[in-house]
Amino acid sequence: MEAFGLLVHGFAVLLTWKTLVLMMVGLVLGIFVGVLPGLGGPNGVAILLPLTFTMDPTSAIVMLSCIYWGALFGGAITSILFNIPGEAWSVATTFDGYPMAQQGRAAEALTAAFTSSFVGSLVAVLLITFLAPMISSFALKFGPPEFFAVYLLTFCSFVGLGREAKHKTVISMSLGLLLAGVGMDTVSGQLRMTFGTAELLRGINFLVAVIGLFGISEILLTMEERLALRGHAASISLRVVLSVWKDLPKYWVTLLRSSFIGCWLGITPGGAIAASFMGYNLAKRFANDPESFGKGRIEGVFAPETAAHASGTAALLPMLALGIPGSGTAAILLGGLMVWGLNPGPLLFVEHKDFVWGLIASMYLGNVVGLMLVLTTVPIFASILRVPFAAVAPMIVVSCAIGAYAIQNAMFDIWLMLGFGVVGYVFKKIGIPLAPFTLALVLGNRAEDAFRLSMIGSGGDLKVFWSNGLVGSITTLAIVLLFWPLIDGLLSRAGSTQGAKPASP
Amino acid sequence: MRIPVKAVGVAVALLLSAPALAGWEPTKPVEIVVAAGAGGASDQMARMMQAAIQKNSLMKQPIVVSLKGGASGAEALMYMKSSEGDPNKVLIAYSLIYMLPLSAKIPFNWRELTPVSVVALDQFVLWDNSAGPKTVKEFVAAAKAASAPFKMGGTGSKREDHVLTVFLEQKTGAKFSYLPYKSGGEAATQLVGNHTESNVNNPSENLEVWRAGQVRPLCVFDKERISYTTKVTDTQSWADIPTCKEEGVDVQYLMLRAMFLPGKVTAEQQAFYVELFQKVTQTAEYKDYMEKQALKPIFLTGKDMVQFLEEDDAVNKSLMTEAGFVAK
Repeated sequence: MEAFGLLVHGFAVLLTWKTLVLMMVGLVLGIFVGVLPGLGGPNGVAILLPLTFTMDPTSAIVMLSCIYWGALFGGAITSILFNIPGEAWSVATTFDGYPMAQQGRAAEALTAAFTSSFVGSLVAVLLITFLAPMISSFALKFGPPEFFAVYLLTFCSFVGLGREAKHKTVISMSLGLLLAGVGMDTVSGQLRMTFGTAELLRGINFLVAVIGLFGISEILLTMEERLALRGHAASISLRVVLSVWKDLPKYWVTLLRSSFIGCWLGITPGGAIAASFMGYNLAKRFANDPESFGKGRIEGVFAPETAAHASGTAALLPMLALGIPGSGTAAILLGGLMVWGLNPGPLLFVEHKDFVWGLIASMYLGNVVGLMLVLTTVPIFASILRVPFAAVAPMIVVSCAIGAYAIQNAMFDIWLMLGFGVVGYVFKKIGIPLAPFTLALVLGNRAEDAFRLSMIGSGGDLKVFWSNGLVGSITTLAIVLLFWPLIDGLLSRAGSTQGAKPASP
Repeated sequence: MRIPVKAVGVAVALLLSAPALAGWEPTKPVEIVVAAGAGGASDQMARMMQAAIQKNSLMKQPIVVSLKGGASGAEALMYMKSSEGDPNKVLIAYSLIYMLPLSAKIPFNWRELTPVSVVALDQFVLWDNSAGPKTVKEFVAAAKAASAPFKMGGTGSKREDHVLTVFLEQKTGAKFSYLPYKSGGEAATQLVGNHTESNVNNPSENLEVWRAGQVRPLCVFDKERISYTTKVTDTQSWADIPTCKEEGVDVQYLMLRAMFLPGKVTAEQQAFYVELFQKVTQTAEYKDYMEKQALKPIFLTGKDMVQFLEEDDAVNKSLMTEAGFVAK
């Protein structure tokens, strides 16, 4: 157990008063940053990065990664209370978290979110601790066909496993794919659908769209229905925390499944978002009563949060071991490492043991301390819902606007956000699901690039998606999931004779 | 009449130098605008400058790095263009300032910005996987003999990496399938993972995987070898890499790394940054970075810089035209 000895050494490096204080400061800053939509982890870390230039690398990275943990915890708060996802991977948390808050179970939902974040990260950190060398070589197996297969799997699981009408899912996803094409095309180097305007060069930013689609449209709906937030009767006490924890063992399958999905997708760059959606969809698929999802079911919070945080944490591994950031925040941490003269790459684990193991130890400590901190503040956050809507709504709109602006310092994005607010409102009215749209918007470009690079590399031969065991099994799984309702129907028809109730496609 | 003339000369000199001493200084945090993604060569260099300026207290205001790599870097160019008159933004530019307007018809011209200084020249190296051919000759032979597409990874489409690939094809007669990735870092890991056969990354982008023994440098696209002789791996230094010309493939390309302010800033503001970046090039951080990442140190400003840019622009334009990458 060489890893264990090194980890103990890491804790020894870490356990000084100075580091612990920095850790607390980082967590508190992170939670505040996470609560503001759009101003999530990446921006928080970017703003605070220069503060750390005077520190030694270990203290600096500890503080920055604690800001990161804090922001991850904080992101769940707005998703649940206001239906505004602070980070892309919090989108799936809103599906059941927000209905729970509306039913007066905000404290329960928040506890569930924080606890499952903790579990997800913990599993991922354990993985990093013991499997680091093996996993980095696994990530190297991913070329364009493998990447495309993973994106295809995500899209297909959405269509095949979603509860909404299939054609509406496909419509929503196609619109998302269309908008994902706006801006510069990496493969051909040409501009697409920019209509000669400089503002559209950048393409449509995913977070801007999400803030509008979820946040602004929710405000519009609430205004139309009645001028009140519906979570005012929240029972708020620390007893809620304990009761959620008591039920935790019942959900071990969901937690384990989501952790596994999260770790797997986190190691393949850019997987955190896909992971949260996939975790949610699979939990729904394997539940006895899938219909109850989306109406305030606690598993609907456990599943995506666990997966998102497992993958958010696992994403640090390719960053350290290969220098490929798996998420926006990881990319900024990567920049930080280089400023301190540490070059992420295969040799980092060999040449800078102190740093790497100090960071890994800080993941354990930061998570435990972070969990304590957010749980004790659950009552405070949940009580925000008691403030009259008329007072909260303008503040939400303003913070949405700030968030949308801050992503790229562009005034145009605020208009775009408002536009998406109206689109979101219309979609909700006519029953088109928003999630496939957002998923396609964020993964569409990468999926397209991966597909075209695969085609260039194989000379246009589609067999490349079955060219080895890894890519072949992912592609096949994707196609099975796409036609899952049909397969499921056939299976249950074959398995049971007359009298069995026909499976709904 | 000698003495008065001299006195006038001194007075004029004093007058001229006065603004530079007590002149303009930024009153807001200064942004270094990076026209590429996180972790790429531009980003690394901007972070080095940020650290050099803050550690050596070269400026009172804080300095931040802002990544505007959207639209293959066009985002940064348009951002600078629309920031006319704002002296708190400096672009760290590279060859995209010539190439992007040609290939994608971006309404941008570097002459609309205010040149500050050229701070370095970056090299390009031909790399292959360490399990691949060991010399340029064997590499070219392998490319010619390959039945499946022989893959060359690079950053972006119709840009420096792509241009180099086209010229490699012309000089060797081999055929490559060019795969445009989003960053040099991605091109590096894809080469390590054997998903491509080769790339033409800058030294800084492949440094770590070279040190780990995962890739092999075949030749450098310059007329002379890189001057740094400190060992980078156990056996090799940058100076041990032969030039492509030595190996019989006469392709040369050097890329500028230069600082620009937005258009319509005052001469004093420009002077402040010229001095600032001159100081940066004298810091230990800069010198260390140049050697580690195998860049050519250079400092050009004023007329020299403009002349350099005009010549460089012409070279790039003709390369782009010859490669067939200019949009009609």
